[in-house]
Amino acid sequence: MIRLFGESVQKVFNGREVFNNISFDIHTPSCLGIIGKNGSGKSTLIKIIAGLLQVTKGKILYEIDGKILSPDKLFKRIGFLSPYLHLYDEFTGIENLIIFDEIRNQKKEKEFYLDLLKKVELYDRRNDLFRTYSSGMKQRLKIAFALSNEPDVLLFDEPTSNLDDTGIELIHSIMKQHKERGILVIASNDKSDYYLFDEIINLNK
Amino acid sequence: MIKESFFILKKDYKSELRNRYSFNSLLLFVIITITILLFSIGLEDISLDIHAGLFWIIVFFAATNGLSRTFVSEEERGTTLVLKLISESGTIFLGKLLFNLCLMVLLSLFVFILYLFFMNGFLIKNYFLFFVTIIFGSIGLSSASTIIAAIISKASNKGTLYPILSFPILLPLLIILIGLTKSSMIGKSIINELNQFLLIISYSGILITVSFLLFDFIWKD
Repeated sequence: MIRLFGESVQKVFNGREVFNNISFDIHTPSCLGIIGKNGSGKSTLIKIIAGLLQVTKGKILYEIDGKILSPDKLFKRIGFLSPYLHLYDEFTGIENLIIFDEIRNQKKEKEFYLDLLKKVELYDRRNDLFRTYSSGMKQRLKIAFALSNEPDVLLFDEPTSNLDDTGIELIHSIMKQHKERGILVIASNDKSDYYLFDEIINLNK
Repeated sequence: MIKESFFILKKDYKSELRNRYSFNSLLLFVIITITILLFSIGLEDISLDIHAGLFWIIVFFAATNGLSRTFVSEEERGTTLVLKLISESGTIFLGKLLFNLCLMVLLSLFVFILYLFFMNGFLIKNYFLFFVTIIFGSIGLSSASTIIAAIISKASNKGTLYPILSFPILLPLLIILIGLTKSSMIGKSIINELNQFLLIISYSGILITVSFLLFDFIWKD
């Protein structure tokens, strides 16, 4: 069982307090929603949960079967999706996925990546360079990237951005499936995502 | 960690083949500098000291152009985040260090070949000493350049910062390398120069150790 908890988290950027005294405690299977107006710190908080930013005060920890997960090993356990995530323009869709898993030392059979690309409906464009993808296709490949290491924790920042109706359906089915077995954290202002939330952090308060 | 860092090296190599971020600028810089030197020196005989000095000046400034791109290109393309999501900071640093080392060795050999063909009076009498100097010089230069590249990638004025930071750090190494190159041109034995190589090993060892300790703070926002 995985537990994700935060205690009195505060983040200050250049002397400006983004948020303060944020606490939460969730464990598998569940979904944590982060809501708030633009600039309220949703992306900052999800980056902190992903270990990409440091907290100013407080702490955020992952616990697996009662043992604290070292922050250095966190990257093997999480899948991250956000609009400001950029993959390599000079590599094809499938190359991007394989290269990332090689660096993570989690490379799988080629069939795995082909299935993943079929799932996000990019199979036919798998050998095209990432730079030739439309913004919606880029978002789909980023979804595949988030899923490629078969993570226990999925962290999605504005998951439906740039997606068409079928893409939104796809991401919702992925989120629903993941919520059944792992931890899902969604930072979103899209009300259609709210039904997934078991707990909510409202940064407007 | 070592296996993963080789995959970062592989990724950078593949990326370099397609984008030619560093390679083209290095190549162009070396060719232009040697052409200018050829025109300015002509057929005049210049001393061994000047030959050795010019050789490492070209390598140093070419490295300034090329090696600084390692982290800057990731920062400019916005791919730093994805690297943070797939690897530990130490692995990334080691991967980038290995890439810079390979680039440095290739660069030094390329400068050597051009220099040998076009520069009058550049004759190496002890090739073994010269090539060992190139290998150790590349290790020293890449170990300093990689951490400096990481620091400047986070700065706003990236272009000017690299030579400013790297010059005082690389100066002692360059002085040793110039001396060793001169010794290889005279034909001195490598046994006579062991102290110099020990100095380079200590220099690189200290730099790499400090870099590993420092990199985590630079890499994490």
